[in-house]
Amino acid sequence: MAFRGTLVIDIERCKGCAVCTTGCPNKCIALSKMVNKKGYNYLEMINEEACIGCANCAVICPDGVLTVYRVKI
Amino acid sequence: MTREDIIKPENLVYRRTPVLTDNVMHYCPGCGHGVIHRIIAEVVEEMGIQENTIAIAPVGCSVLAYNYFEIDCIEAAHGRAPALATAIKRLYPEHFVFSYQGDGDLAAIGTGETIHTCNRGENITMIFVNNGIYGMTGGQMAPTTLSGMKTATSPFGRDTEIMGNPLNITELIAKLPGAYYVTRQAVYTPALARKCKKAIRQAFENQKLKKGVSFVEVVSNCNSGWKLAPVKANEWLEENMLKYYPLGDLKVPEGK
Ligand SMILES: Cc1ncc(C[n+]2csc(CCOP(=O)(O)OP(=O)(O)O)c2C)c(N)n1
Ligand code: SF4
Ligand code: SF4
Ligand code: SF4
Ligand SMILES: [Mg+2]
Repeated sequence: MAFRGTLVIDIERCKGCAVCTTGCPNKCIALSKMVNKKGYNYLEMINEEACIGCANCAVICPDGVLTVYRVKI
Repeated sequence: MTREDIIKPENLVYRRTPVLTDNVMHYCPGCGHGVIHRIIAEVVEEMGIQENTIAIAPVGCSVLAYNYFEIDCIEAAHGRAPALATAIKRLYPEHFVFSYQGDGDLAAIGTGETIHTCNRGENITMIFVNNGIYGMTGGQMAPTTLSGMKTATSPFGRDTEIMGNPLNITELIAKLPGAYYVTRQAVYTPALARKCKKAIRQAFENQKLKKGVSFVEVVSNCNSGWKLAPVKANEWLEENMLKYYPLGDLKVPEGK
């Protein structure tokens, strides 16, 4: 079964730790060159088409930044 | 398929649990405390026990845990969380009571409370966050600090000749008859975080059986104290901490 997924990223809550990026099987996410109000390079999707909505990123994010959606395709 | 097609309530697979408050946690970027808080909150949500769970926070970086759990919390004096948890559980035996402590709190100043609470077999859940250092106070050596590990008070590395050996307190606890379930987990990969959640769920479910302490050590990081960037700290954890603190169950109830 194949899935397509995507994230809603709470940019202001993100601390730019990059821990979530180590859990993504498809290298969909990376830190932005831009910073949030606290000065952290926040997370962004760089390869949204490859996201399968597995929530690996979300379950290791220490700050509850990520909401994950997924559909069967 | 566009983003808008995917972001619909019926397609939601993961969201921040409402058992955490909206407060932004004060923890350093990448700190395991945040993940461990979230896992506990998710377990409380999934078990439907938010209204009858009481948390005991320690002294240490997680001293402010009560700001983050949307459940009743008490903050204990340094090292005394298991003593407070004992009192609360005895007064409210039908409530779910858990203590949450760092290694300095649980295995240094609170060693007495830890050992005796486990030995008495209080019917509580104890969460032990072992990052091998006193994070809150600036990264001093803890009893759990690894041999050779550099900290603010062992700048040339822990010399066990002078400073003693790292204390594997979870192994000691597993030997006590009052300890019903003892396990060591980690949360730095998705698979480990999911496994840790199962263990914490088990540790809470066990309170229904009234058989003694359920003790979950989580080997965690302290990026600031270890002076490593978060991802590097997790690699260091895997390479070094797990040698001395191997993951797995140390004591499982019979028949499980
Ligand atoms: C009675 C007393 N002694 C010492 C301290 C200083 N102190 C605060 S937190 C701490 C150790 C915290 O380390 P740990 O429990 O490992 O928590 P972490 O911050 O690493 O999560 C110490 C020694 C204190 N607050 N009170
Ligand atoms: S949901 Fe899975 S595939 Fe999508 S960004 Fe997160 S880890 Fe990567
Ligand atoms: S793990 Fe969370 S806080 Fe860290 S970069 Fe990813 S989204 Fe941001
Ligand atoms: S000092 Fe260490 S334990 Fe404390 S919040 Fe920072 S990384 Fe976490
Ligand atoms: Mg510590």
